[in-house]
Amino acid sequence: MSDTGQHSHDHTPRPDQDGPPSYYQAMETAVRELLIEKGVVTAEEVRAAVEAMDARSPAQGARVVARAWSDPKFKARLLKDGSAACAELGIDMGPTHLVVVANGDKLHNVIVCTLCSCYPRFLIGLPPDWYKARAYRSRVVREPRAVLGEFGTEIPDDWEVRVHDSTADMRYMVLPRRPEGTEGWSEEQLAGLVTRDCMIGVTLPKSP
Amino acid sequence: MTARFGPGDRVRVRWAHPPGHIRTPYYVRGKTGVIERICGSFRDPEELAYARDGQPERPLYRVHFDRRTLWPDDQGRAKDGVEVEIFEPWLEPADAAMEGGT
Repeated sequence: MSDTGQHSHDHTPRPDQDGPPSYYQAMETAVRELLIEKGVVTAEEVRAAVEAMDARSPAQGARVVARAWSDPKFKARLLKDGSAACAELGIDMGPTHLVVVANGDKLHNVIVCTLCSCYPRFLIGLPPDWYKARAYRSRVVREPRAVLGEFGTEIPDDWEVRVHDSTADMRYMVLPRRPEGTEGWSEEQLAGLVTRDCMIGVTLPKSP
Repeated sequence: MTARFGPGDRVRVRWAHPPGHIRTPYYVRGKTGVIERICGSFRDPEELAYARDGQPERPLYRVHFDRRTLWPDDQGRAKDGVEVEIFEPWLEPADAAMEGGT
């Protein structure tokens, strides 16, 4: 966009998106209202559940990564049983069986759900739209290095890129490698380098 | 339920296309990989999808595939891999399996 000092572009209003509900939106409303009407759940319980899910954020996952970078014994427990290790930090993984896959010497991991959009929501919140898109889901398994490249992530030729497809009951998080130059950093400082995308595996952590 | 396979075992995914809700991706059907770990036993999604109870539970595995076995014409690097969760009824010992189906 050039800045000519003039304000010549038009401001066509974006149309409202308030058409009739879709089939599944109507079904959700109907089922929810029935459940409330029959006393199975209360409106307050529905609201609280939505609020709890909205409150989950990548900050939780960043805390887990920072702890694993700081404490090798915690890292070992995290790789053995991800859900149990997160519980140590007060993070309730609900019914999720978390598998943490660690990037290592010449190994880079990336996660996907080719069949739908399984994602470690209990740990890092709601997935980005691109994660649910058909393009990402089909391409990252077929041409992972090209997709990583589009995120600005170049993995050396002699490294393995390993794609994890969550097709069933496991959910995945990538444990990135601790960036160099962070010796002596606190867990809080380290957590600031951990992004949502590096826990999906499409990028690396921020540099210090 | 006792798991039939263990880590390191070579397995082949059945080349099958039954109707219904299937959680075995097309791209691994008929392909050979190696058991990475046993995840435990879980209710059968092919039953759960139709509001049945999903019993008996089925052992679930993570299977590692070399990308070149999935896409022989792939230009990708030799070492790259894909790991997929697959329920036991979809797996058979690789050595006993017939080749083909790709």
